[in-house]
Amino acid sequence: MSQLFSWKWFHRLGSPRWFYQTSGKWLPWLSMLATGLLLVGLCWGLAFAPQDAKQGNSFRIIYIHVPASFLALAGYYVMAIAGAIGLIWKMKLADMVMKSAAPIGAVLTFVALVTGAIWGKPTWGTYWVWDARITSMLVLLFLYLGVIALQYSYSSQDAASKASAVLSLVGMVNIPIIYKSVDWWYTLHQPATIKFTEAPSMHPDMFQPLLVMILGFYCFYAVALILNTRVEVLCRERRTRWVQELVASKCT
Amino acid sequence: MFQFENIQEFIQMGGHGPYVWSAYLISLSVMIWLVVSPLRRKRKLLRDINRQQQREIAQQGTNSSSNLST
Repeated sequence: MSQLFSWKWFHRLGSPRWFYQTSGKWLPWLSMLATGLLLVGLCWGLAFAPQDAKQGNSFRIIYIHVPASFLALAGYYVMAIAGAIGLIWKMKLADMVMKSAAPIGAVLTFVALVTGAIWGKPTWGTYWVWDARITSMLVLLFLYLGVIALQYSYSSQDAASKASAVLSLVGMVNIPIIYKSVDWWYTLHQPATIKFTEAPSMHPDMFQPLLVMILGFYCFYAVALILNTRVEVLCRERRTRWVQELVASKCT
Repeated sequence: MFQFENIQEFIQMGGHGPYVWSAYLISLSVMIWLVVSPLRRKRKLLRDINRQQQREIAQQGTNSSSNLST
């Protein structure tokens, strides 16, 4: 009996219709939470956190740069794991999540690279260096763009999903390289500010707003992913009865 | 505690203003795009599906009327 129950749950989770309805209930709360956290973090980081002794005010870019980099990496896990689930269990919803995660990850990687470049100018005196961390982040951007491109280069959606899932799984190799790049090749990029194993190397007054921004970025990521996946669900299920009824009830 | 003497200093950021503000503005605009673009796609999709429904209803109507006349 318990076995039966757990499988029911699994199938329901894989049902695009169930996802559409449940995420619709969560979305307003999650959006409010994301907006609130980002607004508080933004004001705190820009105006109230103390300036850095060495870098002055340019250090305030950290409140965008670090959270965006975090989510660029976390988003890759989401994409690759969803791709794997889609490959193994042929779960349609997982394929949709994978497709939706790619552009969000690409944008966040782009934000991490651009803010890093802008920050580099006053701090290192240059916008760009072929440092290990920066180069591996650029590879991450290309992996995301590759997945997006693969989604549009097959006429069959199944083949596109399979190919992008394989690419995102192969690309997982890059993730530990990004994490370790600052330790393996000690070049220009500074080592990680936040580590799970030890206390942060930052003053609490600077660290607290960063934490708020990271939480805000996580919520923002969830909102963006849900929004994109919902459109994908509607698009692929447009022939089904529940979407037809949904549209009929909304547009009349 | 507000770290700056006045608004002008806040905007200048001790000479780092252009860097800080451009980084924040670029990030903010692409992140807004990330949320707005699925909403726009959804609206367009719903409109497309609705238009198709109307077309199918209209087609059924003409089919049944032509059936009646013959």
